[in-house]
Amino acid sequence: MIRVLRLIGVGVRTHVSYMSRSPIEITFAVLVPLVYATLAVYLFRAAGDPDRLLTASVGAGLMGIWGSVLFGSGGAVQNQRWLGTLETLVVAPTPLALVLLPITLATAVIGTYAMGATVLWGVLLFGVPLDFAHPLLFLVAVPVCVLALGMMGLLLAATFVLLRNANALANPLDTPVWLLSGLLVPVTVLPAWTHPVSWALPTTWGARAVHAATSGGDVITPLLTAAALGAGYALAAVLVLGRVERRARAAATLALA
Amino acid sequence: MLAIEADTLRRTYTSRTGWPRSRRTETEAVRGVTFEVKPGELFGLLGPNGAGKTTTIKMLNTLLLPTSGTARVFGHDVARDPVAVRRRIGYVFGGDRGLYDRLSALDNLRYFAELYGVAARDQKRRIAELLDLVGLVGREKERVEGYSRGMRQRLHIARGLLHHPDVLFLDEPSIGVDPVAARDLRRTVADLAAAGTTVLLTTHYMAEADELCDRIAVIAGGRIRALGTPGSLKSRVGDRDVLDIEAYGAGDEVIDRVRRVPGVRGASVEDRGAVQTVSVQTDRGAELHAPVLAAFDGVRLGRVVSREPSLEDAYIAIVEEAAGSAAPEGVPA
Repeated sequence: MIRVLRLIGVGVRTHVSYMSRSPIEITFAVLVPLVYATLAVYLFRAAGDPDRLLTASVGAGLMGIWGSVLFGSGGAVQNQRWLGTLETLVVAPTPLALVLLPITLATAVIGTYAMGATVLWGVLLFGVPLDFAHPLLFLVAVPVCVLALGMMGLLLAATFVLLRNANALANPLDTPVWLLSGLLVPVTVLPAWTHPVSWALPTTWGARAVHAATSGGDVITPLLTAAALGAGYALAAVLVLGRVERRARAAATLALA
Repeated sequence: MLAIEADTLRRTYTSRTGWPRSRRTETEAVRGVTFEVKPGELFGLLGPNGAGKTTTIKMLNTLLLPTSGTARVFGHDVARDPVAVRRRIGYVFGGDRGLYDRLSALDNLRYFAELYGVAARDQKRRIAELLDLVGLVGREKERVEGYSRGMRQRLHIARGLLHHPDVLFLDEPSIGVDPVAARDLRRTVADLAAAGTTVLLTTHYMAEADELCDRIAVIAGGRIRALGTPGSLKSRVGDRDVLDIEAYGAGDEVIDRVRRVPGVRGASVEDRGAVQTVSVQTDRGAELHAPVLAAFDGVRLGRVVSREPSLEDAYIAIVEEAAGSAAPEGVPA
């Protein structure tokens, strides 16, 4: 167990430090959440909802985290392929799930910046007041949400191992997932048939917990649901990865060519 | 127990092209390869590009599943028991890729030490040992992106050795490496083999294979065409003499003319800028200087040297023979 925790710790540190040394990735990580935050604040203002500007900033932060996890997981597996490291990672005696988990967690950690940046952006540029309903619970809800998203990223990364052009799959998943998860607008405004999909996403519950901590409401129930669903996704990823690795070895998709 | 056993290994790649009606293309990269490697042996796998060398190595190191046939590493089946195989092997390949460029050598080795299960208390000592072995002491805190290809290659070897593997797969480790770095690399590999590590090496460099390998398998068109010690392979062309002729602008028609000279067993060309070295294999004692040089009619010639056949001549003879019997197309390496 200590070895596993150490492996995860060293892995997260390695990948965060690798990702944070790319000027282009840093630029995107810094700018995209700020664009989201600006759009969200203007949308909420235009809708005559000026009291919920903090919700807009927090929602934009969640979108930033999701974007980082989604493109980070797809991009990470693809990047390993480009770097030629995917084969050296797979040929290691460590289970593939434990190899990929630190990569997806690293993308979530980098995405966490988005939350701080969007809230700060709102305060500095639009004068959004920092009146969190449950400030301490907010500080708990965000990391749990990030972890749940990381687990979802792990399941995505499992499928991306099989696809040489994993990025192509990441693009169409971006907007639908943040819409279905209620990151910015409540899922109740969506058609009823979409609700079961929303409920199955840990992002929905993580976002509900974060929003409740921001503007009031039950935080604990959605928080625990997000954690449980995240664990479920992680378990599914571990189960899927055994098969995925075997298929990748059969289909020769671990290398670029 | 044998270190490596490959028994009628086959691997077919399937690709699809076109949309919406896709066309399925199957390419047989390895077509029934069988060989054994004893513990501590340094075994070479030689072959032209696309011969199936890398595919064979990737089946043995668990990165690819064989389409049919079996392979074992120290008794562990590569298809059914990949984790047990991975614990006992190291894999090093040539070229610039396979490392985290924006991290230092030390960070790369620390990360892979975790992945390869090196105990936390042993990591510092092991990494220091390996940095010393591959001559990177003093440069370990620099980012890999600033390393020369030779340094990257040495770092690759250090990475592959972190967990004291019993078998080391070296896939063209000296590709693109300068002669001095290649010599150091050969010394490192020889030392590893002397210390008891089983090494499976693929290379294009005949001198490297001749110097290092206990036994060599020549693979072409996905099949093993010859297997033996460097000496026994050389003896396959022992009944030949070789003429090395420097030529300037000898085209295919000239080389074909040389090949048609009675007593000539084969000819190969190596381009080195403006000058070409044409190696002509002839029957031993046939004294074919005059007719061979006459076949170069109209081509400016430089030095002409007569010599004993080398491993490279044996290799060329084997590969040309294989090319004459079957010519697979589009076979990936």
